[in-house]
Amino acid sequence: MEARDATATGELGRMDPARPLVAARPRYGEKIIQGLLAACALISVITTTVIVISLLSPTLDFFGEVGIGKFFSLDEWAPTQAEPTFGALRLVIGTLSATLWALLFAVPIGLLSGIYLSEYARPRVRKTVKPVLEVLAGIPTVALGLFAITFISPEIQGIFPDAVKSPPFFVLAAGLGIGLLIVPIIASLSDDAMRAVPGGLREGAYGLGADKLKVATRVVFPAAISGIVASIVLAASRAIGETMIVLLAAGANPNASFNPFESVLTMTASIARVATGDIGTGTITYDTIFAVGSLLFVMTLGMNAIAMRLVRRFREVYE
Amino acid sequence: MSPRFPRLTSERTSLATAGAHAAVATSLKKRPGSDTVKGQIFFALLLFAVAIAMLALAAVILQNAIKGSSAFGTHLITDGPSTIFPEKAGFRPAIIGSLYLMAGVILFVVPIGVGAAVYLEEYADGTRWWNKLIELNIQNLAAVPSIIYGILGLAFIVRGPLDLGFVALAGALTLSLLVLPTVIIAAREAIRAVPPSIREGSLALGATQWQTIRRQVLPASVPGIATGVILAISRALGEAAPLLLVGAATFVTFDPQPLSGGYSALPTQIFNYALRPQDEFKVVAAAGVVLMLIVLLMMNSFAIWLRNRYEQQW
Amino acid sequence: MSSKWWLVLAASGVLAMGVAACGDDDSDSGGSGSTPDNLSGDIRVDGSSTVGPLTEAIAEEFNAENPDVKVTVGTSGTGGGFEKFCAGETDISDASRPIEEDETKACQAQGVNYQEIQVANDALTVVANPDNPVECLTTEQLKSVWEAKSTLKNWSDIQGLQPSFDADLALYSPGTDSGTFDFFTDKINGEEGSQRTADVNDIGEDDNATVTGVSGADGGMGYFGFSYYQENQDKVKAMQIDSGNGCVAPAAETAQDGSYYLSRPLFVYPSASALDNETVDAFLQFYLDNINAVAELIGFIPMTAEQAQASQQKLDQLKGGGGATTG
Repeated sequence: MEARDATATGELGRMDPARPLVAARPRYGEKIIQGLLAACALISVITTTVIVISLLSPTLDFFGEVGIGKFFSLDEWAPTQAEPTFGALRLVIGTLSATLWALLFAVPIGLLSGIYLSEYARPRVRKTVKPVLEVLAGIPTVALGLFAITFISPEIQGIFPDAVKSPPFFVLAAGLGIGLLIVPIIASLSDDAMRAVPGGLREGAYGLGADKLKVATRVVFPAAISGIVASIVLAASRAIGETMIVLLAAGANPNASFNPFESVLTMTASIARVATGDIGTGTITYDTIFAVGSLLFVMTLGMNAIAMRLVRRFREVYE
Repeated sequence: MSPRFPRLTSERTSLATAGAHAAVATSLKKRPGSDTVKGQIFFALLLFAVAIAMLALAAVILQNAIKGSSAFGTHLITDGPSTIFPEKAGFRPAIIGSLYLMAGVILFVVPIGVGAAVYLEEYADGTRWWNKLIELNIQNLAAVPSIIYGILGLAFIVRGPLDLGFVALAGALTLSLLVLPTVIIAAREAIRAVPPSIREGSLALGATQWQTIRRQVLPASVPGIATGVILAISRALGEAAPLLLVGAATFVTFDPQPLSGGYSALPTQIFNYALRPQDEFKVVAAAGVVLMLIVLLMMNSFAIWLRNRYEQQW
Repeated sequence: MSSKWWLVLAASGVLAMGVAACGDDDSDSGGSGSTPDNLSGDIRVDGSSTVGPLTEAIAEEFNAENPDVKVTVGTSGTGGGFEKFCAGETDISDASRPIEEDETKACQAQGVNYQEIQVANDALTVVANPDNPVECLTTEQLKSVWEAKSTLKNWSDIQGLQPSFDADLALYSPGTDSGTFDFFTDKINGEEGSQRTADVNDIGEDDNATVTGVSGADGGMGYFGFSYYQENQDKVKAMQIDSGNGCVAPAAETAQDGSYYLSRPLFVYPSASALDNETVDAFLQFYLDNINAVAELIGFIPMTAEQAQASQQKLDQLKGGGGATTG
């Protein structure tokens, strides 16, 4: 009989003699908390819905006037001209070009920094370097844009004179500026991911005679790959969505080119310029904000779907 | 419980195997010296990468400090903006505006971000379509450009359903939505990193799921969450594009209030000054950048102290 | 742990209050014109980033005499400014171009009665590299370079250029979303928005980049507002414009008497309902009384006596309730 009345603990370690092992009352508190937390998560869905709503109607207006075929052609992007053309592919290529150069810089530097922080740095060094990297992330994008145009641009022009056709703007300068911005994202998050690999694995490998290089690259790095890939995807997303740096340093010529020494107009820059320029708000030109915005939104949706699938595949390799 | 836990055991097995594999390969290598050389080169490469990042930061700070040096003085903090006498221009309303924005972002983003991360990691069944939808949304929102959040803020927060008007709170909410995905993603990684043994032990002793989370999982993941929050706030502090649409002015003659009246913010103010033709304004803009970095450093230092106090290795 | 978060908030709050508590407001003396004492209230202005500095300067002077008045000046662009203005969210709209038809309709639909009041002039300046020997360009020559179908590649391709000059054209255009672009294309190319797209560098937001570009290229040519020329006279040189009556250089006098071809007016649009508030009323009167002194300080061109009088009349008209809604 006593076994029936065996006690259950309420708080950890505290015995409550009156309570039976099976909870007599359902845990409403738990359900409420779960509901609250789910509501927090649902805010993301609400945000997306709201974005779609605010973009959808003007986009449909826009495509009513400008055919979708024209939008996705390699026509010039000149919505403010007297005879406007709306070739948005140039904007897409501009965005991809800026992102490409940013990633080419940031991924190696970011990953190497992350490996350093997680595997090689002494704790005191780490406690200094990691915050410094985070300050880099906090530099206002305005400042990085100005830095790109006033420092990076002339320096590169000095190294490659005559390469730049439209000084002082070219996409490499903006790309490096964006790269600087996203290095901390990759470094910090991949450092966290690698540090989360249990120490036992490292010690096991060391114990069997592996050297530091092998442990870092063959054991820890693959173990943390899902977090690392997530950090790169996050950084790429950030690069695609960056507005201020390209606004100030990439120029505004909608060139359909990956040439690092040409100026480009990205999707985000075109939105920003029209939104803060002198254009009237009811016009088709203004509605390009929403059309390009929708395009950007759909693009990132697609890219993220692909990236999530990649992350899942990497995880499965180690199942 | 998340169905991910059982998988981790076999993951560890295969990683341990990989480690053993690597170790054996090392010891059987024909030229043991080459590995040391490779190791050295790798280490040098690592240092080089970190050095580039730090040098770049130093370059940004130095360039602005040098350019803005003639404008340094307490008037930068205590005085308001001046168009007629740029030498006397200060950032006081912009600083106060930015501080209110940051406070608002922290208040909103920490509970909701951590709450969402906890839900997704601890409660949600990852195979259900609605949870997959939430995850996809978060990933996607992390990439939406800041200016779109500005459009969203203008349509739904300043006007529309919330109808707050062009006040600092509206700006804070807009920025919060912007950085929320970052916080959620980083918090999830932090929570995921807590070993399942901790959870299992707590549950085995009879704690409820929420008690486990509140007393074991969350305290253990504070460092990772702090990292995410630091990155998020840093970004929110420096964003000008959405604020321009949501009503941050470039000239206010008074100290802003959070719930009423106009406000300005440091990044929009700096942007505006940098585009003016007069050289004095560009100098003031550079000084403003240095000011922003100082504010940033103060915030970051506090948060890092917080993180260092609670960091632990498993 | 949660107490630490409260610490963060408290720290931010203390910091904010500390900043607010220490130091006084800087108040400058200067500015003529008297205003009634003890005015208070909010004045919200938004619009063009070109006219913004003018309004800011006036607000600064006004605030020095009326410290209880809270003036907010935004620079969301002429279009963005009108959108807020016609929704009743601002009291005054700054504009570097006249209000457009769609915007007028929006204002009428919302019952916002306004008046277009000129406050200053701007002399759009065409600039070239200081080493360029050419001093003067006719409007036809400018059109041949900048018109939509133009494919000219070199200064020597320009018809009738005196003296001859051989350098590749490096063209810098201001943002194609700006009032500057609209005005130039209208006056020179004959149609607003019509400009060549071949081999033109659109500099986007920052007119300072035109200075960098033009001063760095022998064959550089660009155009922007007068204030950018005035600040950079050592780096670029202004072209004189011949619109049929001889070469005219951009300057205050030539812009005011109309002999400089590319002179454009800058406006503010107050709303009748805002003028019911005596603070806004006093502000606008102060504006008109003091703008001519202030404009020159920031690189703009003051109004002529006739223009000032016309503006005053329009203001009075709007105050009297009889403001015309079609600007």
